[in-house]
Amino acid sequence: MELVMALAIGILFTIGVYLILSKTLLRIVLGTSLLTHGVHLLLLTMAGLKKGAAPVLGKEDTYVDPLPQALILTSIVISFGVTAFYFVLAYRSYQSLGTDDIDSIKEAKE
Amino acid sequence: MLHIVILLPFLLSVLMLLIRQTTRFHPGWFVLPLPAVLFLYFLLKISAVRAGEPIIDTIAWMPSFGVDITLILDGLSLIFVLLITGMGALVVLYSIYYLDKQTEGIRRFYVYLLMFMGAMLGVVLSDNLIILYGFWELTSISSFLLIAFWYGRERSGYGAVKSMLITVFGGLAMFAGFNLLYVMTGTYSIREIIQLAGTFTDNAMFIPAMLLILLGAFTKSAQFPFHIWLPDAMEAPTPVSAYLHSATMVKAGIYLVARLTPVFAGQSEWFWLVSVTGLFTLIYGSFKAIRQTDLKALLAYSTISQLGLIMSLFGLGSAAGFFAGRQDAVFYTMATAAALFHLINHAVFKGSLFMVVGIIDHETGTRDLRKLGGLMSLMPVTFSVALMGAFSMAGLPPFSGFLSKEMFFTSVLNIREFDILNAGFWLQLFAVVAWIASVFTFVYSMILVFKTFGGKLQKDKLDKVPHEAPVGLLLSPVILVSLTLVFAFFPELVSLPLVEPAMASIHTGLLAPEAPFEVSIHFWHGWTPEIFMTLGVIASGLLLYKGYTRLRVLDREARGRNTLNRVYDASLQLLERGSRRITDAYMTGSNRHYLLYIFSFIIVSLLAVLLREPGIRFGMAQYAELSFYELAAIAVMLMAAFAVPFAKSRVNAILFTGGVGYMVTLLFVLFRAPDLALTQMIIETVSVILFLLCFRYLPKLKQQKEKLSFKLPNLIIALGVGVTVTLVALAAMGSSPFEPISEYFLKESYNLAGGKNVVNVILVDFRGFDTLFEIMVLGIASLGIYGLINLRMEEDQRQPLQRDTRLAVPLRSNDVILKTMSKGIIIIILVFSFYLFFAGHNHPGGGFIGALMTSAALVLMTIAFGMDQVRKAFPVNYRALTAAGLLLAILTASGSFPFGAPFLSHAFGHFHFPILGDVELATAVLFDLGVYLAVVGVAMNIILTIGGDKRWNS
Repeated sequence: MELVMALAIGILFTIGVYLILSKTLLRIVLGTSLLTHGVHLLLLTMAGLKKGAAPVLGKEDTYVDPLPQALILTSIVISFGVTAFYFVLAYRSYQSLGTDDIDSIKEAKE
Repeated sequence: MLHIVILLPFLLSVLMLLIRQTTRFHPGWFVLPLPAVLFLYFLLKISAVRAGEPIIDTIAWMPSFGVDITLILDGLSLIFVLLITGMGALVVLYSIYYLDKQTEGIRRFYVYLLMFMGAMLGVVLSDNLIILYGFWELTSISSFLLIAFWYGRERSGYGAVKSMLITVFGGLAMFAGFNLLYVMTGTYSIREIIQLAGTFTDNAMFIPAMLLILLGAFTKSAQFPFHIWLPDAMEAPTPVSAYLHSATMVKAGIYLVARLTPVFAGQSEWFWLVSVTGLFTLIYGSFKAIRQTDLKALLAYSTISQLGLIMSLFGLGSAAGFFAGRQDAVFYTMATAAALFHLINHAVFKGSLFMVVGIIDHETGTRDLRKLGGLMSLMPVTFSVALMGAFSMAGLPPFSGFLSKEMFFTSVLNIREFDILNAGFWLQLFAVVAWIASVFTFVYSMILVFKTFGGKLQKDKLDKVPHEAPVGLLLSPVILVSLTLVFAFFPELVSLPLVEPAMASIHTGLLAPEAPFEVSIHFWHGWTPEIFMTLGVIASGLLLYKGYTRLRVLDREARGRNTLNRVYDASLQLLERGSRRITDAYMTGSNRHYLLYIFSFIIVSLLAVLLREPGIRFGMAQYAELSFYELAAIAVMLMAAFAVPFAKSRVNAILFTGGVGYMVTLLFVLFRAPDLALTQMIIETVSVILFLLCFRYLPKLKQQKEKLSFKLPNLIIALGVGVTVTLVALAAMGSSPFEPISEYFLKESYNLAGGKNVVNVILVDFRGFDTLFEIMVLGIASLGIYGLINLRMEEDQRQPLQRDTRLAVPLRSNDVILKTMSKGIIIIILVFSFYLFFAGHNHPGGGFIGALMTSAALVLMTIAFGMDQVRKAFPVNYRALTAAGLLLAILTASGSFPFGAPFLSHAFGHFHFPILGDVELATAVLFDLGVYLAVVGVAMNIILTIGGDKRWNS
């Protein structure tokens, strides 16, 4: 399971980075989204998967590691805020500069 | 007390900034008392220092790094502090008459000057090498500021930058040397290093440390080939030249050599480097001085030459270190005594000469030797001062310069008997070089006096009619030059209180403790070789001077810049161009390039650690089993992810990304993370709506038609990152060197925080700080969005954007079914969101999730009934709501203060209520309520801001 996850995470990172390196703002924002998903799964996988019950205390003896989950929860919400900001930035720059191509934005600025 | 002494000039310099520039009072009068009082203070300390009781003051600063502000006033420091304060007082007095009180930036002048004075006192009083270094660089900076005092002039800027670059370069090298000393000895204290002297000479770092420190000393003291900054530093106002660039700052390097002599004396490298550099600088500087046409340039080269003389004497004196504990040693310490004596003499005569040149410049408007002449009768007092100063410099009786020149000759003659290094021939040469340099010195001293004051007055070449300077201007040089007479006839005034204690601090451990150095300086020694050497100097000097006049050396146009300066200029230009080219090559302004660097760095650094660190294992012994559902979820997730780069339209790309998000949600469920799954699901939904809101006006996705040369590096880097991260994931599973803290959280969650949902407890209690800052970040992001949309810095001139109707997301739907359905659904979602919020502490849920759920309900309402309807139904200012939430969270967190508990301590208890039964109440719930309000505020603010942008509805 963990092996498969490690591979899947690698693939998510690959696609995310590839998109971030492209020229269109939309692709870049989506790339960061994919990258964030990869990071979350990476955090979760690092702690080991399915080692016990969900970390809501009850009758079970073992629970999965709650710390990565708390980290990820924070990260999800933060990345929502950051992504929203990206969107608006992209939208506004398109509105004022008339392009969503990174290189053209540079030219328009100059 | 010594700390206050150093602090006073800095304090006064701050005060100088505060006083108003009045027309009645010259600001120099405010400054003058300080150096004068300090001078008296140090004079009073002479007896204590002479008695062998140095004054030591310590303030601990960074004891764990071995850096304490320890100040010591011993014999060597005493000479320097007296020079700094004494010359300081005279220079300030002189400057009051030299610089008019209306001069622009006159206060600035004194601010810098005081800054320098404090820094220089710090250099010579510090016992700690780090503190010394700090003050050392501060003198470089204040020198830079003073040279550039008239910053409008191009030459001033050039000279200031040059001096700064060279001395700071040397200072950095010296700093490295200091640290090598620290590595070898484990202390930054000079006293302690001296106590360890001799125990670490075999260390491989010993010679590098010596070379680096000498680099600092040589650059500061303008030794060849680093002397080139000093002539250009003459652009500074003349009081500065007299003070910094002849009497004090340039002697800092000499001070350092003298101070560290106990550490390095007795090393042949030290002996050769210091004495040969000094001698070469001596003869080079004196030769160059002859060729100058500008009086200040002449004095600059003369200073270089004299600094070389003093430096070489300290080198010769270090020969005594070879005979530690033997009587022979005293024979060679003569050179050190000569160095110290000449140090004082040089400050005295050179200071007066600089002031004379200032006066000439002031009264005639020029310093050019070709225009000057015949001032003898017009300026008799100035002439007498110049004559005495120059004769002292030339080493003629009856001036103090004669005595130190004789001692210099004695020292170079003595060194011939130094047989340890088997270099008899070279040592013979020392005396020859010294003698030739003295002839040159004689010649330029004569030029200085007789080309200026002798000959005929050339009225047509002068801008104004020269006359004698005012008394105030003459006061300082007259005092200084009379000292050369006093010291000549009463050398014991200097030798007993100053030179002997300084000798004791330079040659520590050479003699038995109870045997003090005895320095006796006499005017007349009888018909010794030295006196014949002096006679020879006078004879050849006179001949040379005659020949020089006949050959009219000065009338030939100077060759312009010399070779060393050209090397400096060219290398500076090369560095500037080179760094510009390198920077331009990689700072392209393209985001993509920067990201490429970052990702490449991640790959290289992480892979290097992973592959080379021995303790890292990949993978684990036992993997969790793989079920069909998981495999299916992963497969769908990857397929959706693969589809994103190939998507032909925006909507597809956005939906594919959303698909990935939903599959991640599914994985969270499978991996037993209910809170995550809930959060991710709602976030994903809201995000997709946001995406669609934002991008419906963007142009259609262009088919990526980039060349392979664009795509291939991207692909390689992306693959590299992917592989690296996979390896990181495997390595993280395989190696876990630390006990995870999670066990603690699981065990104590209920006992300490009264919550069964460990993830929620971590968020609101154990790691409450993280959460607090997180909602702040969110609040900032939402305000940023609000600002971006609503604040228009400039009116947009463009046409409203074409609306792409085909893809419009209905914000005001006419769909009856949607409207009817959502009425019920919204209520259900809202109720569920409240349940999630309250259940949070013990079951999946919590403030975040509840808030996001509430927002989802509101978003649905927006879609079904339109923006205005929502505004009517919930007339809430969401930015204020965010603020209220933040405030509530902070108040709850600080509510623990009255109970004496730290920030964010929570309390909880179980209460019995009539209908609800046993209810557990925790202050953590209040904190969570703050989170809830803040997140609802943020989410709704973002949605409504974007949706409410007027352009949408145009």
